[in-house]
Amino acid sequence: MQTIAEYLPQHPFFAGLPEPLVALVAGCAVNVHFHPGQHLFHEGEPADTFYVIRHGRVSLEVHAPAGSPVVVDSAHADDVVGWSWLVPPYRWLFDARATEETSAIAFDGACLRDKCDTDPAVGYAMLQRVVQVMSTRLHSARIRLLDVYGAPV
Amino acid sequence: MTAVAGAGSRAARPRDPFLPRPFVVRRHRQDTRDTWTLVLEPVDGVPMPFAAGQFTMMQAFGAGEAPISISGDPARPAVLEHTIRNVGAVTRALVHAAPGAELGIRGPFGTGWEVSSGRGGDVVFVAGGIGLAPLRPAVLEVCADRASYGRVLLLYGARTPEDILFGDDLRRWAADHAVDVQVTVDNGQHAWQGRVGLVTQLVERGGFDAVNTLALVCGPEVMMRYAAMALRARGVPPARLRLSMERNMKCGVGLCGHCQLREYFLCVDGPVLTYDVLEPLMARAEL
Repeated sequence: MQTIAEYLPQHPFFAGLPEPLVALVAGCAVNVHFHPGQHLFHEGEPADTFYVIRHGRVSLEVHAPAGSPVVVDSAHADDVVGWSWLVPPYRWLFDARATEETSAIAFDGACLRDKCDTDPAVGYAMLQRVVQVMSTRLHSARIRLLDVYGAPV
Repeated sequence: MTAVAGAGSRAARPRDPFLPRPFVVRRHRQDTRDTWTLVLEPVDGVPMPFAAGQFTMMQAFGAGEAPISISGDPARPAVLEHTIRNVGAVTRALVHAAPGAELGIRGPFGTGWEVSSGRGGDVVFVAGGIGLAPLRPAVLEVCADRASYGRVLLLYGARTPEDILFGDDLRRWAADHAVDVQVTVDNGQHAWQGRVGLVTQLVERGGFDAVNTLALVCGPEVMMRYAAMALRARGVPPARLRLSMERNMKCGVGLCGHCQLREYFLCVDGPVLTYDVLEPLMARAEL
């Protein structure tokens, strides 16, 4: 199995990140594994982690009053989960639950924030990548708001 | 009197495109909460050959007529399958036509997907909602000649898991014909273990040889616009990217103008058009 430092450059999120910066952020990371049904995090808890999905599937869920949770998005291999570690007050806004056997790399949010604060090159590179993810998710959410597959009116 | 072959001969005279042929409903299946598939046979026993991607005008006598894409197998022209979403008075009458009922059919009309032009390369189907129905004949055509194609991907977006069409077909195509079927929904309940998100994300991730891919897209126009952009971004040439445009077909023969998209009458020039034709038109308002 590849080490985290070997694997990260292959992940789309880290594509193009200079090797020394990869090595730097890899210092905040550990491998983790989740079984189906196991939660990565819960809404409202401190957002102290950032996940890079290697294999598997994770659903992002919101609790609906008097009903079962609603899945609002899903993340798969080559996706990342969570940007709340970067945005005050650093609390999760959703639940995240593995729906398959899921392998991921978990970054310590406080460690990552510290490296971003210390080295603006790291901070800017991470911010660029997180903003790209946020932009894609926002675009997807806006299109889905159109309910394009629903019955035409 | 001896019939003269050619002009004047009844056999040689083209069928009046405005005259519906009677078909009888043989089977009637509810696919989802608002969508039904009707299996019809011609009353006169004469098959209606069609190309994948074509549509007919279906008439519920006394209620009216609606354009409906053919969802059946082009290799079986003796039976006609239509998958219909109940959205108005005519479609309500059509989906409630019980076995034994007679309906009128005009057609088939329009251009097809021309699936065989993709032989030797990969094929990517991108379907949204009921847009899987007009693609089904094309998928069946590819499956029947599977060895002639490389990777075949079917990327399908539906509103909810309950709205997924042709679930049995999807499983069979994947298991028996090595079709890489990927489904995503807009809204999933807790029990849904699959993907949630936009169908264009499947395009971005799909593993196919873009330059040698034939991409066929069908669904709501907004979804097709973004799916086409994603396919272009992956490198699919515009001439190998085809969309089925569904406007308000009425006559089916390019006379009434209801389905006009600038200089194109979609009932005869379409519904399937290549993206090099459509790209300048799709982003323009009021077309």
